[in-house]
Amino acid sequence: MGGLTLNYLIRRIFVFFLTILIASTVIFIIPRLAPGDPIQSMIARISEQAGYVENSDKIIAGWREKFGLNDPFHIQYFRYLKNLVVFDFGVSLANFPVSVGTIIKRSLPWTIGLMTISLALYFIIGNLFGALLSWRKTPFFAKGLIASSMIFTSLPAILAALMLVYLFAFNYDVFPLTGSFERGLEQEWSWDFISSVLYHGFLPALSIVLVSFGYFAIGMRGMMVTIEGDDYMIFGQAKGLKPFYLLLRYQVRNALLPQMTALALSLGVIVSGQVLVEAVFSYRGLGSVILQAILDLDYTVIQGTSFILIMITALAVLFIDLLYPLIDPRISLSR
Amino acid sequence: MLGSKFDNPWFNFRLISGALIIGFIVFGSLLGRFAWNPELSVTTSSPLNLPPYGFVNLRKQEGVLEHPLGTDNSGRDMLAVLIVGTPRTLSIGLIAAGAGMLIGGLLGFSSGFIGGRWDDFVRVFADSTITIPALAVLIVIQSLFRVDIYTMAVLIALFSWPGPTRYIRAQVLTMRESGYVKMARISGVPTFDIMFKEMMPNLIPYLVASFIGNTAGAILFAIGLQVLGLGSTRLPTLGITIYYAIESAALLRGMWWWWGLPTLVLAVIFIGLLLVNLGLDEVCNPRLRKAD
Repeated sequence: MGGLTLNYLIRRIFVFFLTILIASTVIFIIPRLAPGDPIQSMIARISEQAGYVENSDKIIAGWREKFGLNDPFHIQYFRYLKNLVVFDFGVSLANFPVSVGTIIKRSLPWTIGLMTISLALYFIIGNLFGALLSWRKTPFFAKGLIASSMIFTSLPAILAALMLVYLFAFNYDVFPLTGSFERGLEQEWSWDFISSVLYHGFLPALSIVLVSFGYFAIGMRGMMVTIEGDDYMIFGQAKGLKPFYLLLRYQVRNALLPQMTALALSLGVIVSGQVLVEAVFSYRGLGSVILQAILDLDYTVIQGTSFILIMITALAVLFIDLLYPLIDPRISLSR
Repeated sequence: MLGSKFDNPWFNFRLISGALIIGFIVFGSLLGRFAWNPELSVTTSSPLNLPPYGFVNLRKQEGVLEHPLGTDNSGRDMLAVLIVGTPRTLSIGLIAAGAGMLIGGLLGFSSGFIGGRWDDFVRVFADSTITIPALAVLIVIQSLFRVDIYTMAVLIALFSWPGPTRYIRAQVLTMRESGYVKMARISGVPTFDIMFKEMMPNLIPYLVASFIGNTAGAILFAIGLQVLGLGSTRLPTLGITIYYAIESAALLRGMWWWWGLPTLVLAVIFIGLLLVNLGLDEVCNPRLRKAD
């Protein structure tokens, strides 16, 4: 079992829970530090939209009672944590009485699907391009092409999404403007449905991949350049190993390990970008749910969806971390 | 580029071009205030839906020189919006990155230098925070309280310290074992002097690099929140402008200048920041320099 030791396992799982604890604590505390009462400002906002809310005093008092806002701070906090642990986010305010859980369950597969596919794409493309950029045998024009394709790197994904929508969906009408499959299609494992999903998912995935792969390409190039000067590379060359074999087995294999760490570290930012991309494309994932909830002032949905996003990101990071010692037999991380 | 005798790592192409781009944007938007009337960024100050000069909108109206970059559908002059909005967007990034850097610098430096329990604590805390998709947390907070851009910057800073912390800690750990620091320690130089007089100067490129990276990250989050409609809508920023454009279906109405120009300015900012960072990478890592 490579170097996956109990100690490492416990440490990673501890970090996983700590991540979620920190995020949910910040969500809990900051609104309570701010001046004013969240429910009062909620009512103010709703009445801003709906004109006048009758008996708002009573509603406020009722909600304060219902949500237990009159209880001491620490009791509120533990009740809040307990609800998160059992995934009880209450009911949607805008689509009463649908529970927040139901809404999330509907859109979660779309978000996870888009996340997984684009992750595989930008990680593979990024590392490949980065390796090719530093390889001596890569033709000059290919290096130029790769370098210029990296102009989108670090751009917010939402800006890339806007440009792609304008170019390919509005101006040239090659790809659909919104949605994640053809309207009216049955959601089943049929060729029609799957191809429609791929067709609709192309632009959202592309906008995430375009802005993310360069990050890994730059990291890969840096690692490759560093490794190139190492003694075992020179020894490999002296042994007369084929350049391509040397590239893959000696250089890329070793450079890939820090790249895994980089992937885990950057996932939070990339997932944040995906939320916005989904919102732009009205993709059926959690991003669109959040956008709609913001428009509807649907606080329970906003809170529940955000928590699930934090959760799946943390899970993905945990997964990558657990993969790491299996890939790198040198590191047993058993300290 | 220059003769090897004058090979100063700070004079590399990426760093200089990136700095020039950023400088151009900053000075352009600051000086623009004097060259163009910022009052035109207020609603109903100009005619509606005009295209940039030399273009025609869907209603066959031609752009006029009084509004060279066109206007939006509430009568804001786009040039004025860009001039007023760009510094605001940049300042969110700078404040958040500055605050994040300060925390990150202190934590990273101290945990690398002191080590032990404190190091364990800082490392686990940073590792846990860095993977949080900050946007999700910020969305929840902002949906309850619509805060002004400076409060927003401080909230973003809550999530921008782990990057610098990790980065600086790693550098300090390497440096601590290097010859000159050991030498200083043996010679009985006080710890405080070792930290700030011996090590700090060598850390500067790393500090600047992580500051730049953080600025980009903070702008990214601010833009994200604003495009979702979660920023203060009182004063225009680039993100809020894009939000208005999307809200009013500017994409479908062919008003590319409305969403496209702020997007372009943002893209240029991000490319500039990336170039600066790549340039600093070359300063830090001599092997990268030889690779070109």
